[in-house]
This record gives sequence, C-alpha cells and structure tokens, in this order.
Amino acid sequence: MEQGRKMVEVMNFNFFYGHAQCLKNISFDIAAHQVTSIIGPSGCGKSTFLRCLNRMNDLIPSARMEGSIKIDGQDISAPGLDVVSLRKKVGMVFQKPNPFPKSIFDNVAYGLRINGTVDKHIGDKVEESLKNAVLWDEVKSRLHESALSLSGGQQQRLCVARALAIAPEIVLMDEPASALDPVATAKLEELIIRLKQKYTIIIVTHNMQQAARISDMTAFFMQGDLVEFGLTNQIFTRPKKQITEEYITGRFG
Amino acid sequence: MKSSDIKQFLGLNALRLCMAVVLLILFVIFYDIISKGAGKISWAFLSQPPRNGMTEGGIFPAIVGTFCVTVITAVFAIPFGVGCAIYLNEYAKDSWITRAIRMAIRNLSGVPSIVYGLFGVVLFVNMMQFGTCILSAGLTLGLMTLPWTITASEEALKSIPNAYREGSLALGATKWQAIRTNVLPYAVPGMLTGSILGLARAAGETAPILFTGAAFSLPILPSSVKDQFMALPYHLYIMSTQHQAIVKVRPIAYGTALVLIALVFFMNFGAVVLRYHLRKQKKD
Ligand SMILES: Nc1ncnc2c1ncn2[C@@H]1O[C@H](COP(=O)(O)OP(=O)(O)O)[C@@H](O)[C@H]1O
Ligand SMILES: [Mg+2]
Repeated sequence: MEQGRKMVEVMNFNFFYGHAQCLKNISFDIAAHQVTSIIGPSGCGKSTFLRCLNRMNDLIPSARMEGSIKIDGQDISAPGLDVVSLRKKVGMVFQKPNPFPKSIFDNVAYGLRINGTVDKHIGDKVEESLKNAVLWDEVKSRLHESALSLSGGQQQRLCVARALAIAPEIVLMDEPASALDPVATAKLEELIIRLKQKYTIIIVTHNMQQAARISDMTAFFMQGDLVEFGLTNQIFTRPKKQITEEYITGRFG
Repeated sequence: MKSSDIKQFLGLNALRLCMAVVLLILFVIFYDIISKGAGKISWAFLSQPPRNGMTEGGIFPAIVGTFCVTVITAVFAIPFGVGCAIYLNEYAKDSWITRAIRMAIRNLSGVPSIVYGLFGVVLFVNMMQFGTCILSAGLTLGLMTLPWTITASEEALKSIPNAYREGSLALGATKWQAIRTNVLPYAVPGMLTGSILGLARAAGETAPILFTGAAFSLPILPSSVKDQFMALPYHLYIMSTQHQAIVKVRPIAYGTALVLIALVFFMNFGAVVLRYHLRKQKKD
C-alpha cells in the first residue's frame, strides 16, 4: 500500500486548546513523495493538525499537545526541539495568500536571507524556486515589482515559491485554493502534482474533487477524530465507514 | 412638520452650532495671533538674540533651545517607546502584570505636566546631578512624551497583519528576525507619526522645563547639553506675564507665539507628509 519511506509518523497524538480537546488520539503515517489530503467538515481540526507539524501552534498560549509526531524519525513534539530548523524542513503555504509587501524577488529571497544565504547565490535560487512553482515565465520581467501587484493565483504560487526556496522536505498547504478562481486553482493543482517528485505534500482541502484529483492518500477527520485514512482512490470509491461515505457524497459537512 | 421632523431639524442644527463655535474659537485664536504677530516676523527677528533687556531684537536663542531640547526628548522617548511597545505587543503574555503596565501608561499620559516638571527636578537635576540644563529638561519632556510614543508604536504594531509574522516564522525565522524584518519596517510610519505628534506637544510645554533647565534670558547660545537654554514657550510666558515692560514687548510675545504655533504646525504637517510618503513607498 504505502510505498517509500515514512516521512511523518503520528502516534497517539492529542491536542488541546486550554481544556477543549481538538485532536483525539490520532495515529497514521505519511509517506515521502506523496500528496496526502486531509478532508473533513470545518472545525474538525484539520488546520490544527497541519499547524502541529511545523509547531505553528506554539504561538497560541493555551495550546498543549500529547503523544508523538515524528518527522524523518525525529520527535517534533519534544519541548526542547529546535523549531526554527523544523520550520526550515517543513514549509507552509497559508489559506489566504500572504505575500509580504516587498518585491517579488525579495519575497522569494526572504527565507534565504534570514537563513544567511550569501548574496551571490540568492539570484539563482530565486529563479529556481520560481521555476519550480511554475511562476517564472509570468514574473521574470517584473521581479522587482511589488508582490501585491500579482493576481491572487500568482500570489499563492509566489508563496509556494517562497516556501520552496529554503529547500524544505515537506510542504504543508492549508486550503491553498480557497481564495482562488477555477483557472488559478487548476494551475495550483497541476503544480502540486509536479511538486511531489521533490517534496512531500500535505494539503488540507474542503473540496472533495480536489482531494480526489491531486492526492495519493486521504485522511478524513471528524470532530477531532481520524475517521479513516487510506488510498485516495479507495476512500472515494469504497470507503470503509458509513460516515466517510456520507461526507464524501455530500450528505453533510 | 411632524414632531420627529422638528426634532431632527433641531438636533442637526444643534450639532452644526457646536461645530461653528469650535471653528470660531479656533479662528479667533489664529486671527489674533497672526494679525498681531505677523508684523513682527522678519529674518532679523528669527536670527537675532534679544537686546535691551528683551525689549528689542529677536528670539533666535529660544528657537535654538527648543530645537535642542526636542532633539533630546526624541532621542530618549522614541527608542524607549518603541522598545516598550515591541515588548508589550509582541512578547508580553496577557497577564495581570501587562494589564497593570498598560493601565499605568494610560494614567501617565494624564499626569499634569507640572508634576513631570517637579519629578524631573528631583530625578535628573538633583539625584542624577545633571543640574538645570538641556539634558534634564529634555529627559523630563521625554518622560512626559513616553506614554505617547509607546501608545503610538503599539497601535502601529497592532495594525501589522498577523500573516506577516506567521509567514515569516513559517520560513524559519526566529521571533526576533520576524519582528525585525517583517513587522517593524511596516510599523515605522505609524510609529514616527505618533511620535512626532507627541514631540510637537512636548515642544510647546512650559511647566516641565520651568525648573529643569529653561533660562529667563541668556547672553550666549548653549554649547553643550549641560548648559541652560532659552525656549519658545517659556520665552512666551515671560514676555506675556513676567516682563517689566509688558505692553511694550507685547508684539514680541505675539511674534514668539506665532513662531511656536508654526513650529508645532509644521511638525504635525511633517508627520502627515512622512506617513503619506512611507505608505506610498511601501505600496510600490
Ligand atoms: N486559537 C484557538 N483557540 C481555541 N480554539 C481554537 C483555536 N483555533 C481553533 N480552535 C478550535 O479548534 C477546532 C478546530 O479548528 P481548526 O483546526 O481550525 O478546524 P478546521 O481547520 O478543520 O476547520 C475548532 O472547534 C476551533 O474552534
Ligand atoms: Mg481550517
């Protein structure tokens, strides 16, 4: 079933906001170089789960976690973990495109610069990342214009390029297409499928067709539980649980 | 007319009347000062020291003194204010201590300026032994301006979207890197604007500098921050209430008032222009 090495191993993982338990005893493995989608009704904990993987929830004072998540064999829920190097390894693209109010070039160079990349390499890496994010041809003549002048779809691909620039192994995407029109969404989906050759992609989506189109594996979350996890094809054609089927066929959610 | 229409009519006109009264007062003040002060303004008035027991000559030393003391105020109040704001908005957890700090800051901005003046005498002039000088007066005004710069800087930081912080952290920035490279640069316009407004207020204050360094009259310009100085608001106070030939020096008092108002106006105007430019720069 799962080919390749395990990139993420989640074991008996619980997550709390204060006293409210938001993720309940989650266990599953995510393989390298695959696209894994996380689906489920809103409020079920998809974003929370994704943000655990790069410890973004650290910013929330009441957040607390139990159990373990290993990335590349290393337990990332340990309190003493170096979150900065974790976040370099696990990139993230947010729901709403969030280009910084800088030039296109400076956006992509941002992560490189804070990581101390020497100036003479930055230009090449920016170009490479923009090519990887299939944005180069559209922006090569206007690299020094503001990133805010790009369209929404271009902005989101710029955010992908920015995340790729620091050479992560995993790219997390939280409903990356929810603010985009159908054409921009199609481009982004194409890009995601291309990216799995080099990266492990974990994507939250509320769009069933999107999950079916782009992902190898699908995890269905509900009210903090991992209801079902398996090959996308199997989940969408022969779900094991009744409730999964009801969700996928749109009877609730 | 229905009674509700009449109420509407009366209400609206009552508001208009309030507006008109405020504008009228403002107009009368400006008219009074400009009509009586404008005749006094000349290059000589701006560039010469007072002469003949301050009955002739200009106000050059007072302009220099106010400028110097405002620089000290800025050098003290802006960095400290920005630092406090960064701590409060970016680092401090929401606890009773931070709530108490915020309340203290709010209350500090309501403390009468004469109290700051006395505090400045005790702290800077006596305890720290700076004596009465530009430094003591500037620091006293700095203390008074601090609540303004903190509040302005905090508001500026609050207006920066969280997506900039998260986006930066997600790219492997440390918290300080995220703040320094992706929050502060965008908060600077707001911080500066608010700070300049605070400084403009400080530049026009008399009470805090009264006992901490402002001099009645000085034959020479200050040569270091440890010297006493003349200042526009204090000079105005003297010329309008303390001088032995009050009626004779009235035009000088009006000239001084006009220069002081112009200074404050230009600082406020400068703040607006600066904000406009930095915003535009940020956009392209
Ligand atoms: N910062 C927070 N503090 C407290 N509760 C939160 C916070 N963020 C999310 N939650 C709660 O956790 C649950 C899961 O939220 P989330 O992970 O955003 O869901 P999803 O992304 O699946 O829509 C929701 O009930 C939400 O209200
Ligand atoms: Mg979500």
